Amino acid sequence: MTQFPASAVVEPGQDRTLVLNMGPQHPSTHGVLRLVLEIDGETIVRIMPEIGFLHTGIEKTCEAKFYQQVVPLTDRIDYLCPLTNNLTYCLAVEKLLGLEIPPKAQWMRVLMNELTRINSHLVWLGTHAMDLGAMTVFLYCFREREDILRFFEMVSGQRMMTSYFRIGGLALEPPLGFFEKVKAFADRFPGNVDEYEGLLTGNPIFLMRTKGVAHLSAEDAIALGASGPTLRGSGIDIDLRRDAPYTGYENFKFKVPVATEGDVFARYICRVQELRESIGIVQQALAGMPEGPTKADAPKVVLPDREKMKTQMEALIYHFKIITEGFTVPAGEVYQAVESPRGEMGYYIVSDGTAKPYRVHMRGPSYANLQVLAKMCEGRLIADVVAAIGSIDVVLGDIDR
Amino acid sequence: MALVPAITDIEQLKSHPALARLLEWNAGVVHAAKFDREELTLWIEKGSIREACAILRDDPACPFNYLCDLTAVDWYPSEPRFEIVYHLLSIPKKERIRLKARLDGSSPVIESVTSVWPAANHYEREVFDLFGVRFTGHPHLERIMMPDNWEGHPLRKDYPVEGYR
Repeated sequence: MTQFPASAVVEPGQDRTLVLNMGPQHPSTHGVLRLVLEIDGETIVRIMPEIGFLHTGIEKTCEAKFYQQVVPLTDRIDYLCPLTNNLTYCLAVEKLLGLEIPPKAQWMRVLMNELTRINSHLVWLGTHAMDLGAMTVFLYCFREREDILRFFEMVSGQRMMTSYFRIGGLALEPPLGFFEKVKAFADRFPGNVDEYEGLLTGNPIFLMRTKGVAHLSAEDAIALGASGPTLRGSGIDIDLRRDAPYTGYENFKFKVPVATEGDVFARYICRVQELRESIGIVQQALAGMPEGPTKADAPKVVLPDREKMKTQMEALIYHFKIITEGFTVPAGEVYQAVESPRGEMGYYIVSDGTAKPYRVHMRGPSYANLQVLAKMCEGRLIADVVAAIGSIDVVLGDIDR
Repeated sequence: MALVPAITDIEQLKSHPALARLLEWNAGVVHAAKFDREELTLWIEKGSIREACAILRDDPACPFNYLCDLTAVDWYPSEPRFEIVYHLLSIPKKERIRLKARLDGSSPVIESVTSVWPAANHYEREVFDLFGVRFTGHPHLERIMMPDNWEGHPLRKDYPVEGYR
């Protein structure tokens, strides 16, 4: 957290400008983002994000935990896509261990990950539209989001902080009747997206607030490290699910929506199209879900099933050892990147060969995406800042960690 | 996906475009290289990090035009204590590479890469805040996560994790 340098504001000849504080408690900043705006009338001269209000020191905490104890911490980073965080962390540790994951666990991970993406995009769409004055969409989005949160609750017992993916597979088998319910949702959902689009895509007020607003060129987007829909909205065709497939994404067919305009509307279109593509991936995952175990065959790393633990001596020993001493991970380092709803989420883990990670660093997509805000807003009106923040879809938990 | 031993011989890794490009520019700039778990790591002379980054960014064959991540690792109490870690991505070629520079614990200073990628701005501020590494040439090197009057750098390994502050 930095103070706004006072000298820069009251220089001779610069006294036309006024410093306006926005946030950290402001509904349109989507969390505790503080923006210091230097304005000349209604025009923004300079914009300076201040972050750190939600800094919880998760990276430091990880260094004192066993590898398997870090999983619940990752939920709390980007709280709108907890499963994507779980996935990135688990993939990174599995890469360090050289662990192979059974197909059913991989397909379940894809299925849950895409549901998470829909969940996150629904929150974004609802709040973004509400920031711009369209109240109804919010209610519609949260209606569908509720269904997805129920799916999370079915598999993991938790609506938000799921911790469903574990190192070596899944925490539990999906319950009976789960796939039927997801199937019913997936069949219905494209109609819901039509509903949202009917309210927004052709809506003249929404178009005026988004078209040509907060422009970001492709060069700036790359130089400033933007990723995800923020980058694709500026015409860069990159999606890690397709370009660097992980956890079995190479088995799925989907399109990567790209828009070239680089304005708020382009990013909106990219995300809405992604909703349709994601539900297509969910359908494919349901149709081709393989049979088999949901945990890797690695007794030193993966906790045994509850029944086995209570009936077999060996399973009890492994359970006791994993819980009390953790498991050692060969020394080395990995960087695992995953396409989260907001962009490239990367986990950099350094292992020194012990049972606790030596260093865990999370590359949050929002942290880099926030840097483009100044480029988008400077020289534009105050009202556009709200649209710009909404269009890069910041999550402060992800920024501050 | 069983683990294979890491390759640490620069001669064997010369076929990689990034390493070839750097060696062609200046043979002494790469101290060591490692290919482990499908990831290539290069240790770069700390004084040349900005130029090395600029050369990799502008390489016509495989431009590493995107800075994914910049962070640090504290190897306290061994020396050189800090490693600054750069993760680069080539958007046209979909290649990744990791650069590292080692810094002494007594005066951890390195040149900023904000002139190569403006994206480094927040990352370098974070490393400055949490590790106490200074970046010369950074436009606005101030604390970003912790309050301005905070003492110490929390992600250093010798920072106390319990007790009163």
